[in-house]
Amino acid sequence: MADAVLSIDGLAKRFGGVVAVDDVSLEVERGAIHALIGPNGAGKTTIIHQLSGALAPDAGRIVFEGRDVTRIPAHERVALGLARSFQITSIFGSFSVLDNAALAVQARSGSSLSFWRPLAAESALFAAARAVLERVGLGARADVSAGALAHGEQRQLEVGLALATGARLLLLDEPMAGMGPEESERMIALIGKLKGALSLLLVEHDMDAVFRLADRVSVLVNGRVIASGSPAEIRANDEVRRAYLGEELV
Amino acid sequence: MTRRSAATVAILAAAIAFPLAAQPLGWEFYIGLASRVMIYALAATSLNLVLGYGGMLSFGHAAFVGAGAYTAGILLTEGIASVWIGWPIAVAAATVAAIVIGAISLRTRGVYFIMITLAFAQMMYYVAIGMKAYGGEEGLRLASRPQAGLGLDLKDDVTFYYLVLAILAAALYGLHRLARARFGRVIAAIRENETRMEAIGFPTYRYKLVCFVIGGAVAGLAGALLAANNSYVNPNLFYWTQSGTLMIMVILGGVGRLWGGVLGAAALLLAEELFSAYTIHWQLGVGAILLAVVLFAPKGLAGLAARHG
Amino acid sequence: MSGILLLEQSLNGLQFGLMLFLLAAGLTLVFGIMDMINLAHGSLYMIGAFLAAKFVELTGSFWLAVLLAMAGTAIVGMALEMSVLRRLYARDHLAQVLATFAIILIANELVRIVWGPQVPLGTPAALSGPVRLLPGLEYSSYRLVIIAVGLAVAVALYLAVTRTKTGMLVRAGASNREMAVAMGVDIRRLFTLVFGVGAALCAIAGAMLGPILAVQVGMGEDILILAFVVIVIGGIGSIRGALVGALLVGVVDTMGRAFLPGLLREFLSPPVASALGGALASILIYLLMAAILAWKPQGLFPARG
Repeated sequence: MADAVLSIDGLAKRFGGVVAVDDVSLEVERGAIHALIGPNGAGKTTIIHQLSGALAPDAGRIVFEGRDVTRIPAHERVALGLARSFQITSIFGSFSVLDNAALAVQARSGSSLSFWRPLAAESALFAAARAVLERVGLGARADVSAGALAHGEQRQLEVGLALATGARLLLLDEPMAGMGPEESERMIALIGKLKGALSLLLVEHDMDAVFRLADRVSVLVNGRVIASGSPAEIRANDEVRRAYLGEELV
Repeated sequence: MTRRSAATVAILAAAIAFPLAAQPLGWEFYIGLASRVMIYALAATSLNLVLGYGGMLSFGHAAFVGAGAYTAGILLTEGIASVWIGWPIAVAAATVAAIVIGAISLRTRGVYFIMITLAFAQMMYYVAIGMKAYGGEEGLRLASRPQAGLGLDLKDDVTFYYLVLAILAAALYGLHRLARARFGRVIAAIRENETRMEAIGFPTYRYKLVCFVIGGAVAGLAGALLAANNSYVNPNLFYWTQSGTLMIMVILGGVGRLWGGVLGAAALLLAEELFSAYTIHWQLGVGAILLAVVLFAPKGLAGLAARHG
Repeated sequence: MSGILLLEQSLNGLQFGLMLFLLAAGLTLVFGIMDMINLAHGSLYMIGAFLAAKFVELTGSFWLAVLLAMAGTAIVGMALEMSVLRRLYARDHLAQVLATFAIILIANELVRIVWGPQVPLGTPAALSGPVRLLPGLEYSSYRLVIIAVGLAVAVALYLAVTRTKTGMLVRAGASNREMAVAMGVDIRRLFTLVFGVGAALCAIAGAMLGPILAVQVGMGEDILILAFVVIVIGGIGSIRGALVGALLVGVVDTMGRAFLPGLLREFLSPPVASALGGALASILIYLLMAAILAWKPQGLFPARG
């Protein structure tokens, strides 16, 4: 069994009377893409919040690269190599695309309690930022204001920001949200290229993308994992078809 | 030389030349006024760092001005006349206050942050009133201006003016560098999207606190200068309307713009002077202008200036 | 510390708290529904007090003057809302601070121009004497009336907010404005109404506290801060919270000022006790606010879901 870069054990979260996440356990293997699918409101984003550190779990353990990160603050997890992207685009609209990526690079390259030396002088930082932009296909748009990007390009930047942190495990929350077919193809190609060097936990509704990219799929319904296996196994699973995939199947 | 640096040099040159021109013209009074404007410009600039660049709506910034002023005033009263001792201690006092107030307040958000910062300043107001040994409600009259040594006589308005000018210029240059440095980029980004900054690995609370403390420290220096300028400190320095006035200056001048604090302080104080010359009801005129600015010049005066090149 | 003194100060605290409630009720709704920081709320309180003083001069009747002041202040409030404040709802908090701060300056100066820095307002003649509540406890009849009026308004407000259709719309707006608008509530008209009622409440407080606290320019600034502390403690957007918060603040502040210096004199020398006691009493409500926020970060009864 290949080693697990991320291991979730018994994760649970409730909001008042509502159980959002109920005893969820899963593993992401190193270099693999593990897709997390399920209907809206199933609890997928809540799991991402707990993995990234935005939300504290009520129960369970999160082990990243052998280390228990359950209580470690969000920004420290990034330094350890675990980063996320957001379902609703969360970028720095008034900054240029290059400056967006540069921020993420800056976070991992030394202290920013630096008050005198101009940031513009740090060519290495911007070179690294440009490299990330190339990887996500935004190289030509580096000097555009991030707020002026098209929706699809903003989603690419979403992934780019997570990538620029130098993380080894990316938590991608619906990277293809709101994308048309052409943009989705580009994103699928982008994500496909990341696999191997990185590990990914991918939350997605786009079933085409999921079945093309994922090495493993877990299905979340009402906060519980009802099935977990290879894409083929999941496609054939009756319970999954009933609960989520519906009659028209890929 | 760029247009902007040419303008800066011109302003600096004019500021340096001003007292020299004022004396033959019989405008000595205005030298004192200019010093006062520059001191408030320093205080407003320090708030601009916290509010404009850092995005933190602190409604208690007067606490730090007051802390610096009272520390400087108390030290002077107790016999410590040298600015080289008194002023650094005043800044240190304001810094400590900012660390304590910031550490607690920055755990809150939105209106709660506004209220907690305001509450701390109000508390210091009442503590100052309670300090009967140092004037209580009446305030503390200082025997004279502090001493700078080096052959500089701070009792001379012109000398004092140049000292204040030098400090303000240094502060503005420092802000200019800070904004372009790593730190400036980080707090600007935190102001724009704090959640994402956490998610890409920045401990945002830490950076906000540092920003808040730097602002508080510089405000303390402004307070020390204020105490020296007026030879008087009183608890009203801490009252919430003082924090409000500083905020007004920043908003008026242009939030997050380098010259915001300077323009705002100059505009507000000069408007006060202008209206006072004509009527005792000058607050009416000032209020009307502020209202007009809010409704018709949303980016403040610096924004207007930027739009016209 | 005698029981009589304790009772008397409790009544004072109740009285002050109820008046604070009148201010806080309007403020919490403005903040709760429109998310607007209105620093000029204290100015409405001041205008109400001045109007009451002037109407007493004109009509000779205290209670008629209070009613007229309510109407006058409500009109001023609604005019202000429709002309200036309405443009601020879409703006950020900074713009609101700047604009309403400007309004304070303008209001202070206009009042000063029209009526001068201070006007006298005496207690109504019929109520200038004390009332014997208990053997040994003689309490100002005027203050008792203030308590009665405060309670009556609180009950009326409670009934209006919970039993009438308008009240229900107001509560909906306070708890979720977007949803209320989406459901067809004419939030603009509702809001002008809320503002007018809030202004009238300020006027009652200003008029009734006038004989006790002095009617002068700038009286709004001191009490405004207390009102903000009240609504933060009570929970923004909640009238129930405003009442509980106001009573808490009123009682804590009054009792603190009355008893703390004396309490400290048990342990410290008189001058130190008096100075420290005074300072501590004044900051007591801020400490109360901090403590409550530490326990319940959204206040006691947050209206927003």
